[in-house]
Parts: sequence; structure tokens; C-alpha cells
Amino acid sequence: MSETPAISVRKVSKSFRLPHENHSGLKQKILSVGKGGKGYETQEVLKDISFDIQKGEFFGIVGRNGSGKSTLLKLLAGIYVPDAGEIKISGRLTPFIELGVGFNPELTGRENVFLNGALLGFSRQEMLDMYDEIVEFAELERFMDQKLKNYSSGMQVRLAFSIAIRADTNILVLDEVLAVGDESFQRKCIDVFEKYKASDRTIVLVTHSMATVEQFCDRAILLDDGMVKDVGDPRKIANEYLLLNTNSVKQEEDADEQQFMKSHGVQYEIVNADTSKPTRSFSHAATLSINIKWDSSEIHNIGVALIKNSGEYIYGPNTIADGIDVSESRRVSYKLKLDVREGTYKLLLAFFGQTAQERLYMLEKNLNIEVKNENQNWSGLVKLKHEWSK
Amino acid sequence: MKISNIVSRRNRILLRELVITDFKLRYQGSILGYLWSLLKPLLLFGILYIVFGEILRFGKGIPYYPVYLLMGVVLWNFFTEATRQGMTAIVSRGSLLRKINFPKYIVVFSATISALINLGLNIIVIGIFIVISGAEIQMEALILFPLVIIELYILSLAVAFFLAAANVKYRDVSHIWDVFIQAGFYATPIIYPISMVIERSEWVAKLMILNPIAQVIQDSRYLLTTSASQTLFSVYGTFTVYLIPLTVVAMLSIIASFYFKKRSKYFTEDL
Repeated sequence: MSETPAISVRKVSKSFRLPHENHSGLKQKILSVGKGGKGYETQEVLKDISFDIQKGEFFGIVGRNGSGKSTLLKLLAGIYVPDAGEIKISGRLTPFIELGVGFNPELTGRENVFLNGALLGFSRQEMLDMYDEIVEFAELERFMDQKLKNYSSGMQVRLAFSIAIRADTNILVLDEVLAVGDESFQRKCIDVFEKYKASDRTIVLVTHSMATVEQFCDRAILLDDGMVKDVGDPRKIANEYLLLNTNSVKQEEDADEQQFMKSHGVQYEIVNADTSKPTRSFSHAATLSINIKWDSSEIHNIGVALIKNSGEYIYGPNTIADGIDVSESRRVSYKLKLDVREGTYKLLLAFFGQTAQERLYMLEKNLNIEVKNENQNWSGLVKLKHEWSK
Repeated sequence: MKISNIVSRRNRILLRELVITDFKLRYQGSILGYLWSLLKPLLLFGILYIVFGEILRFGKGIPYYPVYLLMGVVLWNFFTEATRQGMTAIVSRGSLLRKINFPKYIVVFSATISALINLGLNIIVIGIFIVISGAEIQMEALILFPLVIIELYILSLAVAFFLAAANVKYRDVSHIWDVFIQAGFYATPIIYPISMVIERSEWVAKLMILNPIAQVIQDSRYLLTTSASQTLFSVYGTFTVYLIPLTVVAMLSIIASFYFKKRSKYFTEDL
């Protein structure tokens, strides 16, 4: 680590002035002089942020909406200047906050390629050399002399993406909005991420997808309310992020759950059955395993339910119904193959007395999980066991 | 705004593409296309010539009045175009500046360069007028005319930079400037000869010609139309007085570049 970091962020703060009403006029300026009011509020978006990104690292930036991710990204890209602190970049950095920067609907596809290329730092000659490859990759050979406004949005994204992946700078800053598109496009994005990871370039990725973080990132940073919550191992960061999301929903009821868990000696952990590592992020068709133990003679029956975040109750068996007696063992392990549609899910953990009617408590906090499915080839919520014959 | 940056490879590429784009988009969808950049000043000239030359007879006693008038119209038009386009450059490219970081001055620069290209085309038309009408040309024009145009360009650039930065913060600026341009058109000896002002009040004329644009227009007329044109030299009888408009241009350039540099850091937040 003696090498100079690719990006070094030291004690960076940034705040914005939010005008109370439209202040971009002299009238407001003149009117507010008499009142002595400031006419704006200051919002601190980033507070004293410090971290380093080493050369060749694939670095993730995660955080909830409004945590300051985008501001941090724009600071790294040099679009904003920090109010305090310092950002040092060693090497050349190309930001992709949006695809097709500078694209103009009135210009032809061809003209836009050169304009966009110039914004990425390519000369006309360099663009000429790459032109055929770009067009071929975008599969738009027949459309290059048409105006961009006649392109479908998919065609525009394809063209922009084909130019973007040519960027040859050693630091790339990517916003997750890049991965918006149909499945085949997302597939292409993932392929490019993989290619980047294999090269020795430094990649900074802002994302909401914990699966992407775990799959690609060497390290990640978790921002919360403008401050660094944690930096380090992507799996740890992903778990913290999911916890953060759950906690923020209903924190007031936590005390109640804690009380129940304490009085009944309840403990549980959610792991990936294939790796035995604790996680909240699963790839499609992975097996989730939840290990529960307790220390109370009241508990005779355990139920685990899976609910999609949009509200659909997917499945919920319990031990008694399945003919398993757990009242003596006081521990149980539940394995579930996640053959479900991609998305965020919630587990419910129910503790029953002698019968399924006598529910002692249901745990529902901190039980969010995420399922990632890059190439789902079926439709619906759940993949059911099925067979074809002829 | 380091000078070395202006010529850096990446910025040169960018400047070039932005100028090309501006030019392509300007007359997008019009049948006559680029021809408009010649036709517009010519048509304006035609109207002004009929009203002020033929009806009001402002050009009485001025040799080659059509060329004289065209010269004034073209140079003023350049100033208007360069400052207007430069002023709105940052605001109109706002979405671009918020997505990618590159030196902000390039945007303003590229807007004034399209105006400069138009000026070049218009000067060719003036050249044709000069040849047809047989107007009087001074030999020094070969060196002095380019210098005068450079002075005008630097002035326009300085004003454009100042307005561009101010317009980001206060959008009123563009409206104020429209009025200012209109007033400036009449306060500058473009349609009427400065000699008409001298007849009425000499000190007003002396004051008017200190305006750098008036100085540039009168010098250009002297060099390329008729030696009967009044210049700063002929009004004051000394060359030292040229220091005044030149100082004005220099001061404006310094103020504008400092102001632009200071404000440009916050463009992306204020836009």
C-alpha cells in the first residue's frame, strides 16, 4: 500500500444552499437585502469524509437515497468543488454519470459519436479509427446517418454505451444508472464490469445492488447521512447496508423484539447454505439457510415465511405442520432454495406455542434479504417444479 | 484560465467539436442554411440603407456610404452575436456541465468562435462591396485592420465571459443585455456618421468615440472605406488618446477573467 492511492479523499465536506424560492433573479436579491434574511437554507450533504481508493481497485460506493453518494461521485468527477478538505486524483479520470453526455437529438448518429468522443477526450482521428467498431458493437450500421431524435431510446443507449466502453483512462467512475436497460443490455454491462475487473484499472461504482457489490468490488464504502459509516469488505458493507435499510423502516418497535428475544433466549443467523457465510444478498437459486435457537420451554413450533417487498406472501411453512418436533432440540435450521424472481424480500420468523393458533411472537425486523437474478428465463414470482414431456 | 490549458490537446479537440456542433445546429432545418449568416446582416443593411441612407439622407456627404454603413452593421453585429451567444453559453450547456468536468471557458470560447467565423464570411462580403464600389483603401489596413479586429474580438470575449458568469447567477442579465445592445446600437455611430454629432456638440462626439466599439468601427471605415471617416486620432489630434479605449478593453478583460474564474467553480451548483 506504499503506492500513492488512485484517489485520496481527505476530510471533504460539501454543503449546498437551497434557496427558499427562485433566487436566480435580481429582484429576490434586492428584496432580501432589506429583510436581512438569507433567503436560503444550508444543507450539509457530506461531512468530513475521508478514504483512499488504491490503484487497480474495484471500489463500491453504497448508501441510501440522500446519503450523499451522487454528490461524492460528482466531487470525484470534479463537477463540484469541495467546501473543505481535499481530493487528490492520480491519473486521468473519466466519469460516467450519464451515458451519451452531450448527445444532441438534432445531429446524426455519426456526428454524435464524434461529439461524445471529444467529450471523453478522443480526437477526430482516434474516433475515425474506432468508428466502425463502435457502430458494429452498437448494431446500428444502417442508422448512423439518421438524426438521433429518430432513434429509439434503446438505440441511443446502445450507441452511447459503445462509445463509453472505449474510454481508455486509468480511473473510471460509474453511476449505477448505467445499468438501466433491458436484460441483454444489463448482461453487456456486467461483461464490461468483468473486463474492467480483469484489467488493472481503478473503478469506482455507485450502486444500490448489493449483489453487484459482492460480486465485483474489492472494497466498498457505506455512506449514511453524509458520513462514512464503514469502509472495507464488500460483504460486510452489503450486510450493513441492508441492516440500515431495515432499521430505518420501523425502529421504534425494535425494543419490543429485543425484549422477546432476550426473555426467550432467541438467536438466529441467516447464511448462504453453499458458503456457510452470513449474508443478506443471494444470487438466484442459491439456498438460504436460517439457523434458529432459543432457550424457552414455551416454544414448540417455528414458522418462517418469505414475503416479497411489494407485499406478496410467497411461502410460509411451520415445523409442526411439516411433522418435525423442535420443542426438545430448541434449535432448528431452515433451508430454502430461492427460486424466486429478482428483488428484495422479507423473512418473517414466527414462534408458536403448542398450536399454530398460539403465536407467541413474530420477528420481522432486520430480516430483509435481496435476491439477484441476472438472466431469469421464466416469468412470474416463483419458479415451480415443473416437467415437460412429449 | 491558464493559457497553456487553452492549447492542451484535449481542450483543443473539445473546442473544435463544440464549434462544429454550434455551426451545424444553428441553421438546422433551414433551406438556405449557412447562407443565413451572410443574408441576415445584408438584409439588415438593406433596411437600414433604405431608411437612413435614402429616406433620411444620413449618408449625405459621406463617400461610399453603403460600404460605410455595411462596415458598421457587420462589426456591431459581430459584437452582438458574440456577446449574446457567449452570455447564454454556460446556461444552455448546463446539462452537459453537470455531467462531465471540463474547463468551463471552452463553452464560452466556442460560442464566440462561431460568431468570429461569421464575421470572417461577412468581411469577405464587405470586400466584394469595396471592390464593386471602388472604395478607398489605405495601405496600412493590411496590418492595422487585423489588429483592430483583434481588439474587437478581445472586447467581445471579455464582455461574453463576464455576462456568461453573471447570467448563471442572475438570469435577469440576459434581458438587461438585450436592452443594452439596443441602446448601444444608437449610441454608437453606426447608421449616422460621427460628423453629424460633431456639428451639434463636439464634446458629446468626443465622448462617444472613446467607446472602444466606436473607435474600432471608425478606424475600420477609415482604413477600408474612406479617409473622410473621423477617427479617434482626427477628433483628438493625438494618438495618445488611443490608450483610453485600449485600457478599457484591458481592464474589462482582467475583471471578466477574474470574475469568471471565481464564479466558474460554482456554475454546476448554481445552474
